[in-house]
Amino acid sequence: MTTAVSFQKISRYFGPVRAVDDVTLDIAEGEFFAMLGPSGSGKTTCLRLIAGFEQPTSGHMEIFGVTSEGVPPYQRNVNTVFQDYALFPHMTVLDNVAYGLMVKGIDKPTRHRKALETLTLVALGSFGSRRPSQLSGGQRQRVALARALVNEPKVLLLDEPLGALDLKLREQMQVELKALQRNLGITFVFVTHDQGEALSMADRVAIFNDGKIVQVGSPEDIYERPNTKFVADFVGSSNVLSPAFSKSAGGPEKWASLRPEKIGILPAKVKPSPGQQSASAKIVAAHYQGSISRLNTRTAGGETINVSVPSSLGRFAEGDEVMLHWPKEALHVMAGEA
Amino acid sequence: MSLARSISNSLFKHPNGFLVLLLAPPLLWLGVAYLGSLSVFLFHAFFSIDEFSGFIRYELTLSTFAELFRLSNFDVIVRSLVMATAVTLASVVIAFPFAYFAARYARGKWKALFYILVMLPLWSSYLVKVYAWKLILAKEGIISWLAGELHLTWALDALLAIPVIGGPSLSISFLGTFVVFVYVWLPFMILPTQAALERVPVSFIDASSDLGGTPAQTFRHVIFPLALPGIIAGSIFTFSLTLGDYIIPQIIGNSSYFLGQAVYSLQGTAGNIPLAAAFTVVPIVIMGIYLAIAKRMGAFDAL
Repeated sequence: MTTAVSFQKISRYFGPVRAVDDVTLDIAEGEFFAMLGPSGSGKTTCLRLIAGFEQPTSGHMEIFGVTSEGVPPYQRNVNTVFQDYALFPHMTVLDNVAYGLMVKGIDKPTRHRKALETLTLVALGSFGSRRPSQLSGGQRQRVALARALVNEPKVLLLDEPLGALDLKLREQMQVELKALQRNLGITFVFVTHDQGEALSMADRVAIFNDGKIVQVGSPEDIYERPNTKFVADFVGSSNVLSPAFSKSAGGPEKWASLRPEKIGILPAKVKPSPGQQSASAKIVAAHYQGSISRLNTRTAGGETINVSVPSSLGRFAEGDEVMLHWPKEALHVMAGEA
Repeated sequence: MSLARSISNSLFKHPNGFLVLLLAPPLLWLGVAYLGSLSVFLFHAFFSIDEFSGFIRYELTLSTFAELFRLSNFDVIVRSLVMATAVTLASVVIAFPFAYFAARYARGKWKALFYILVMLPLWSSYLVKVYAWKLILAKEGIISWLAGELHLTWALDALLAIPVIGGPSLSISFLGTFVVFVYVWLPFMILPTQAALERVPVSFIDASSDLGGTPAQTFRHVIFPLALPGIIAGSIFTFSLTLGDYIIPQIIGNSSYFLGQAVYSLQGTAGNIPLAAAFTVVPIVIMGIYLAIAKRMGAFDAL
């Protein structure tokens, strides 16, 4: 498998701020790769380093085996879908999409034909003569996508492309983006702070924090087996359990994570079946959310544990004493400390 | 209920009444004092002057407009037009890099410095500035002294030897008039250009470069078209201010007339109000044509 993008000990400082701090990473060709992290964690700077808008302070970067230091953005076979779409307001949709071909000197009939093909690919074939200002947010997003794809890039960079869309449209675009990536076979590098988006679309996810990558792995790896408290907390808001609690529940004396939906709930003092770990707790708050209910509970030892149960189990009220239980393997012991 | 409160309440209930109150004073001023007097004056262009008595003959005629095409009058129009065009083009070329720097790179202190540099000349009297330039451009002025010190007197002489735009000294040549016009109107070009550039997001420039546009292509296809409405706005100022000015060419230049001077002397000493009005129509028509062309060329598409 060819490596599409390779970061070797890449750092990017802005004055004293270490936006990207000693990142080493390989993204494979044809991969849908997500960079996930809170704002200011360095994921967007990483994307801008690949695009060429930023140059690394130190380290070495290759795109398809070619050293990219000192190569300006307009000489890289990489295209970007910008967060604000950055569609040129003084051009029609068709001219926007044809822009990349125009600057390469391709004649007007050819570039308009190719632009129209690409617009058709994103289901906007009949919108070519409009201005970006006459389109809805979702349509602009597709135009931005078509404009980036028309150049047939080897790597497509997407900077929070769905952030400005409403929930319904966002979910629809997630499906479409994933299908598009499969069909085209282009490497997608996708920056987001939305863990649901990253988990549902990506083949692999890198979790960023403070300019560093804290974990890289498949969505299952990241979700089921977070290696640090930060990952456990950031992805799917897992319960992070103290070493003391892990030990009392029957595990090793280490930091551990436990997914809210893996926890079962029984009336107080009922003994769970063997092979299950358990803890008695008191409900501090109960939030009914339709199909599921989220319960905030606290154990006698003061450990806060969030539980997510099907609402069909019945209604729980604040102050109820309950017995929490979970299969032994659900308690994931984390390797890292932080 | 207090009086102020009841007035507020009745305005709240009658929003149209509030609008009328708000707009009446400026509309009265614009409509009556400004447009009214202007149209009365312009209407005089359709009258003519009796050559013997010097009185205005109040009969509608186009003969006054025809007089504009007499060689001596037409010269004034062409001279003003060429000067205004040259001043506008030079202003664009000088203002753009300055405005671009201010919009793209200047932050905090530097931005404040930019505004001060641009605005400071506007704080002092226009007449003082023009007379100061007379001293700078005069035969014994700073420029010829500097040329002498730098052993460049020959270059200055060569410049002044150019027919039409040259003359005995910079202060008595079209070249001098041009320099002072550009100096005086430059802020009016810089500010709208800078404002237009300020509204071009960095992501547009990134996007163009990302799609393969070299810096020159990005400038040509993205930055310049988006700055164009600002440049046009600035050029309306530089162009019409140059067309209408009657002080600068009177103080600096070779005493040939420009439009403003023609209007000034015709309505004053000559008492030929109809011809003055006809001359006034010229810049209005020129500006109208200019804006129509600019609109046709898509200059306002980015607005």
